Amino acid sequence: MTDRLHIVSDAAPAHAGLGRTMIWGGAGLLVFVAALQWADQSGRIDLGFQSWRPTLYAYFAFATLLCWGQVLTRGEQGKRALFVLPAALFVVAMVIFPLIFGAGIAMSDWNLSSPDGRQFNGFDNFWAAWRDPFYLNALLNMVWYTLAILVEYVIAFGLALLLNAQIRARKFFRVAFLLPLMLSPVAVSWMIGKSMFEPRFGPMARLARTLGWDTPSFFGSPEIARFMIMAMDAWTYIPFMMIMLLAGLQAIPKELNEAASVDGASGWRKFWEVTFPLMLPVSITAILIRIIFKLKLADIVINVTAGGPGGATDTVTSFIFREYRDRSNVGYGTMLAFIYLVLIVIGMTVLMKGTRRWTEPR
Amino acid sequence: MTTAETSAQIFRDGEADRTFRPSVWLSRGAIYGALILWAIVCLFPIYWTLTTSFKAAPDVMQGNLIPWVDYAPKQLGWRSLGLTPELLGSESTVRAEFMKRFWNSTIISVSASVIAVVLGSMAAYGLSRFDYRLGPMKNDDIGFFFLSQLILPPVVLALPFLVLYKSLDLLDSRIGLIALYTLTVLPIVIWIMRDQFQSIPTELEEAAMVDGLGVWGAFLTIILPIALPGMVAAFILSLVLTWNEYFFAALLTSTHANTLPVMVASQTGSQGISWWSMAALSWAAILPLIVAGILLERYIIKGMASGAVK
Repeated sequence: MTDRLHIVSDAAPAHAGLGRTMIWGGAGLLVFVAALQWADQSGRIDLGFQSWRPTLYAYFAFATLLCWGQVLTRGEQGKRALFVLPAALFVVAMVIFPLIFGAGIAMSDWNLSSPDGRQFNGFDNFWAAWRDPFYLNALLNMVWYTLAILVEYVIAFGLALLLNAQIRARKFFRVAFLLPLMLSPVAVSWMIGKSMFEPRFGPMARLARTLGWDTPSFFGSPEIARFMIMAMDAWTYIPFMMIMLLAGLQAIPKELNEAASVDGASGWRKFWEVTFPLMLPVSITAILIRIIFKLKLADIVINVTAGGPGGATDTVTSFIFREYRDRSNVGYGTMLAFIYLVLIVIGMTVLMKGTRRWTEPR
Repeated sequence: MTTAETSAQIFRDGEADRTFRPSVWLSRGAIYGALILWAIVCLFPIYWTLTTSFKAAPDVMQGNLIPWVDYAPKQLGWRSLGLTPELLGSESTVRAEFMKRFWNSTIISVSASVIAVVLGSMAAYGLSRFDYRLGPMKNDDIGFFFLSQLILPPVVLALPFLVLYKSLDLLDSRIGLIALYTLTVLPIVIWIMRDQFQSIPTELEEAAMVDGLGVWGAFLTIILPIALPGMVAAFILSLVLTWNEYFFAALLTSTHANTLPVMVASQTGSQGISWWSMAALSWAAILPLIVAGILLERYIIKGMASGAVK
């Protein structure tokens, strides 16, 4: 064992047998209750269960017995396992199980509002998605939205540099710049999207009119609407990148910049030859995390444009949201989400592998 | 600076340094100009919402901006929420509705954050101190398993959870949302806390164990107090994320467990041009976070910056 924390373990635990019984007993109980419920649901026997709650409780019992049994069977090692086990059991129950369950839903024709119930249809949903122009359009939009991160990055870097400069009232500016991140996207949709950019009375529309745009309409044409969504999302999340970059800037030793000055480098060259290369790992981490958040973008789109005009601002998430809200189409919506997940996993893996050589400390 | 000038002049400015240099002033001006411009970009929507909540129809249509100068503040918006001083004593259905949502949001976000911080800190501590082996998975794989949940878009889980919660009778319940929110913030907590624990030297626990404490005893009495700032940072960040969450809440709740963002979103469509009440509602929904942002800015920044610099 190469634990970072060295402990001399005690002798073999005394209740190993009891512990094993508890673990297997718990697993047995879970399987038994689940089987009983399944039989009840499919109408083989009638026990009068109202919901699947008993299976949930059986899972809790199993989880508790598993943790307890670990300590009894493996003593000191079991106590260590107890640190990670609760979180692992929780995540497995909340992610792995629904994912398997979701894969089943994705392969079925299931509309919650239709009386037919659920019917297995294999990969039909997949081929339907392949031919669905609105879904492909939403995927393409996600590419545009993700590319907008580069602009956000430039602005965030600029702001981080400003905050890192010798300025007064630094605390005030930091808090002011941080605030957009704290606001709920739903409130932001109203505050900015629906009132400030309202074409008749909004202050931005007035500004646009004084600047010479007589009939301002911010969500009428596809390009402008998409740009507006990008801008609002950027407004909320720029502080996030800014703070990560600021932390990176403050970790750069002052001596390096001073040495560059002594060597006679100008501010511009100092930035490109000292600051920027040192900031590369932080920048890539920040951009990767930002991409992950960007791929979840939905709240603002749902509340401001509902995907319009003509699907120009749709994200995958908002599209699936409406697929369920308007048509209760659970099966198709789940398949769309799974395709998205696979694309994301492939894309992120490629990105992370591709950028690894810049993020690993040398 | 002043001391250097008043004391014997060891360092003397050269002729070139003492001449007035416009480029320095120019760059100073540009820096402050950019800072102030962006501060306005950040703060104006908040200011706009607050002032709009004190407007009436004519003020909105004339585009008045500054209260007391452009227009006289009125309490229309806050009255429609039942939150003006003279209405606080009386019954108000709108206020009851608002308070119920507010309370739901509070309970759900606080419980989810507490559970996530407890589970996440334990897991992060274990991963930073011991070697685990679960089949082919080692520490790094287990850590990656937790963090990879961050990549999972919520929409993938949304519909399976909808069906699952329906059969578990958990739809429209606070517990259902708490469990889901815990899941969404858990990776972030683990990310922050692992960074935190790795910076604490293991000699501390070793000394505690020599004194007779067990693994858990050392963790609870020695390590946790040291890691407290990190835990606060993780908690605040979770609180912000769960308080603002809209997508799951909109899908999985209908009448009982609605959170504040769902209420705000449901009003945007129906109320048309009654901006003052929407502004009051939005402002009331973001106020707790503005207060938190101003008071706890240090922790939020600490939380987000962790992991950025290795």
